[in-house]
Amino acid sequence: MNTSTTLELESDREIVIRRTFRAPARIVFDAYTKAEYVSRWWAPKSRGVAIESCDVDLRPGGQYRYVLRHGAESFAFFGRYVEIARPNRLVYTQGFEPALGHPLPGEATITVTFEERDGATSFVARELYPSREVRDGVLATGMEEGMRETFEQLEALLSTLLAS
Amino acid sequence: MIETFAALADPNRMRIVEFLARGAHPVGSIGDALGLAQPQVSKHLRVLKDAGWVDVEPRAQQRLYALRAQPFRELREWLERYRDVWRERLDHLDELVDELAREERNKS
Repeated sequence: MNTSTTLELESDREIVIRRTFRAPARIVFDAYTKAEYVSRWWAPKSRGVAIESCDVDLRPGGQYRYVLRHGAESFAFFGRYVEIARPNRLVYTQGFEPALGHPLPGEATITVTFEERDGATSFVARELYPSREVRDGVLATGMEEGMRETFEQLEALLSTLLAS
Repeated sequence: MIETFAALADPNRMRIVEFLARGAHPVGSIGDALGLAQPQVSKHLRVLKDAGWVDVEPRAQQRLYALRAQPFRELREWLERYRDVWRERLDHLDELVDELAREERNKS
């Protein structure tokens, strides 16, 4: 069984992530959604990112918020659950705050399916962005590692504008 | 970076970029192919040029507009970085799922 992660740009507005887990769907679903578990896998630790807090209200219309920290900077992912059909399907929105309290415009709608077969679960997460430029902008700026550079560029740009 | 992608927010500019992916063209044939008036095409090309998507190649009596590789290369690098983040996340999720499955087996 191939358990590698793939991530592809599909259509103009989507990013699609796929992976197979050797476990039943209900276990994968719980590990993906429950706060005590999310705090164990969401932060890319190898990049020096740690999770600060993780609040989840897993019900339709309920909100979630993950706050992460990289060095002195905190940032957050947040959103609202649209549809919850444990253990097969989950739909939620996702916004990004590169600095706390300052969300970027343009939320994604993420549809995750957990399909169980012979004890293994195929996981597919479809991130749908409102437009191509928002999606590509997320790839450009929404990444933990890239963020510092982006802010530095923005700052440089702002000081140029102010000086002129 | 944000300015680069903002230039593609206009659907006609996006169509121009898609059209130029097939090769360099002068303003006239871009307009003909996409059903746009020449001044309109010129205006869009100017925005695309400022945002770094296209460049002008003078050839004989013509000015050909061509895509620049740089923004595409950057997008690819960003995609690679996003892919690495998700790989790491799902590797950790996999370890967690294994642990939970083991606990469940031990209980039963």
